[in-house]
Amino acid sequence: MESKIKAKAIVFGNNIDTDVILPGKYLILVDPYDLAKHALEGLDTQFVEKAKPGVILVGGKNFGCGSSREQAPLALKYSGVRCVIAESFARIFFRNAINIGLPVIECKGISSAVKTGDELAVDFEAGKIENLSNGKKFQVEKLPPFIMQILADGGLIENLRRRINKK
Amino acid sequence: MNITEKILAKASGKKAVHPGEIVDANVDMVMVHDLTGPLAVEAFKKIGTPKVWDNKKVVVILDHQVPAESVKAAELHKTMRQFAKDQNLTFYEVGRGGICHQVMPEKGHVSPGNVVVGADSHTCTYGAFGAFATGIGSTEAAAVMATGKIWFKVPPTIKIEVKGKFQKYVTPKDLILNIIGTLSVDGAIYRAAEFTGPTVKAMSIAGRMTMCNMAVEMGAKNGIIAPDETTEEFLAGRIPKMPDLKALQSDPDAEYERTVEFDVAKLEPQVACPSSVDNVKPVSEVGNVPVEQAFIGSCTNGRLEDLRVAAQVMKGKKVKDGVRALVIPASQEVWKQADQEGLMQIFTDAGAIVCGSACGPCLGGHIGLLAAGESCVSTSNRNFIGRMGSTQANVYLASPATVAASAIAGRIISPWEVKA
Repeated sequence: MESKIKAKAIVFGNNIDTDVILPGKYLILVDPYDLAKHALEGLDTQFVEKAKPGVILVGGKNFGCGSSREQAPLALKYSGVRCVIAESFARIFFRNAINIGLPVIECKGISSAVKTGDELAVDFEAGKIENLSNGKKFQVEKLPPFIMQILADGGLIENLRRRINKK
Repeated sequence: MNITEKILAKASGKKAVHPGEIVDANVDMVMVHDLTGPLAVEAFKKIGTPKVWDNKKVVVILDHQVPAESVKAAELHKTMRQFAKDQNLTFYEVGRGGICHQVMPEKGHVSPGNVVVGADSHTCTYGAFGAFATGIGSTEAAAVMATGKIWFKVPPTIKIEVKGKFQKYVTPKDLILNIIGTLSVDGAIYRAAEFTGPTVKAMSIAGRMTMCNMAVEMGAKNGIIAPDETTEEFLAGRIPKMPDLKALQSDPDAEYERTVEFDVAKLEPQVACPSSVDNVKPVSEVGNVPVEQAFIGSCTNGRLEDLRVAAQVMKGKKVKDGVRALVIPASQEVWKQADQEGLMQIFTDAGAIVCGSACGPCLGGHIGLLAAGESCVSTSNRNFIGRMGSTQANVYLASPATVAASAIAGRIISPWEVKA
């Protein structure tokens, strides 16, 4: 994982559920790039085009609620989403994202401070988010070191492999 | 400590735990199904550990795309069959199990006090047996298969205390919809929801499972109910040894983030309207909603007790022209019992189709999908946009009694309106 990223934001509302992120009918697909073709199709059929250059998703409360399908964060990651920032996350989505190496940040107040198209800068190590388009800055609580390490390793599997090999 | 804290403390080898603390817990059972299992198998192979940590503690159940509706689904099933064989795991083949959350307790894979994780969000259902049970993703399931451990942040607990006696045709489904409507879809986010009080104490196992099943719909990490003689009665002969249930009760001085009280005495049948599970109204306030499909089944409401009440409402009546009614028993065991009791005859006579035990239309993957502009009244657990097929279709969630009544009327009505 890169420690700092800069990208344009796409903003969604509260309670974005995993059925709109990746509808159930696509769960039989296995290739993450095939999944990515349908990312957020339930809400915006143009999303995949918009996400291609690399974007930061900004959500409201309870982002990723619903199913445990890991295919939801996978579809986002492979469609070009580099990070998701939300007021709060549904817990399974939050863990899944970290486990597949998609950074997620909980940040109170973010959804009213960002418009779609704003340029955001995120510094994961420092826990800083800046909206370069309007100058608004946020300091967020950092994740525990072992979670930061999972993200740094690129996901839980790589993290586990490294830990097992160490032994 | 409360029950959730007691279970997490024991599982992580600690005397006590507190909300917010991160613990490394030993897992008693992990479950994957046909849609989350294949990714877990792929991840497990990448970890490089040749064998799962304990083959008696990994269960594989085919239930979502069942029987395989496409070549792709058949390939996923083949992957899971092979993995279960190679690792010598407990495996439920098509036609031998049913919906994972019904099969797990039915076949004795859940005991009070256990830590159970499953690659399915409705794994929280097993809280009905006094277990700490929660949903995880595929990669995490693979990590558990390799190590037998998982980290948890000990959740603060919301105590949900329920009193009062249900009116006729008002069920635990109506209660949990009412609770979610009151607390909202993120009302219990990151939290444990402990259901208690005389109404819960008097509730059957089926009703308790419906309650805990939907805890995730208000964001809860787990739903839990203190195990008692009802739990014991259901699990006797299914699990190898009954644990000491006295150790699995919340202490009188246990801490709760807050307590919320409900009284069901005057509760009407409830409906969660599109497209959010907390958009809940009493059925009398739903208005005129014609439906094209009625679905009775799922891990929320596909149990014998649910089928009995639906059959009671439908007996001697016909499903309205223009409506297709689907009945899907939650497991083979439920199927057989329902058949022996003559329920299948009642549904078939009414003009409903009875399908083999599986998840069915609930998740919009297979069987009974909706076209644009159609509405379905369903006993399942989610009514998100596109959940059951077209993004232009609507799903209304209700109890088996309300769904059965609505199938006959061709629009959403209260079971109270059906004449005997």
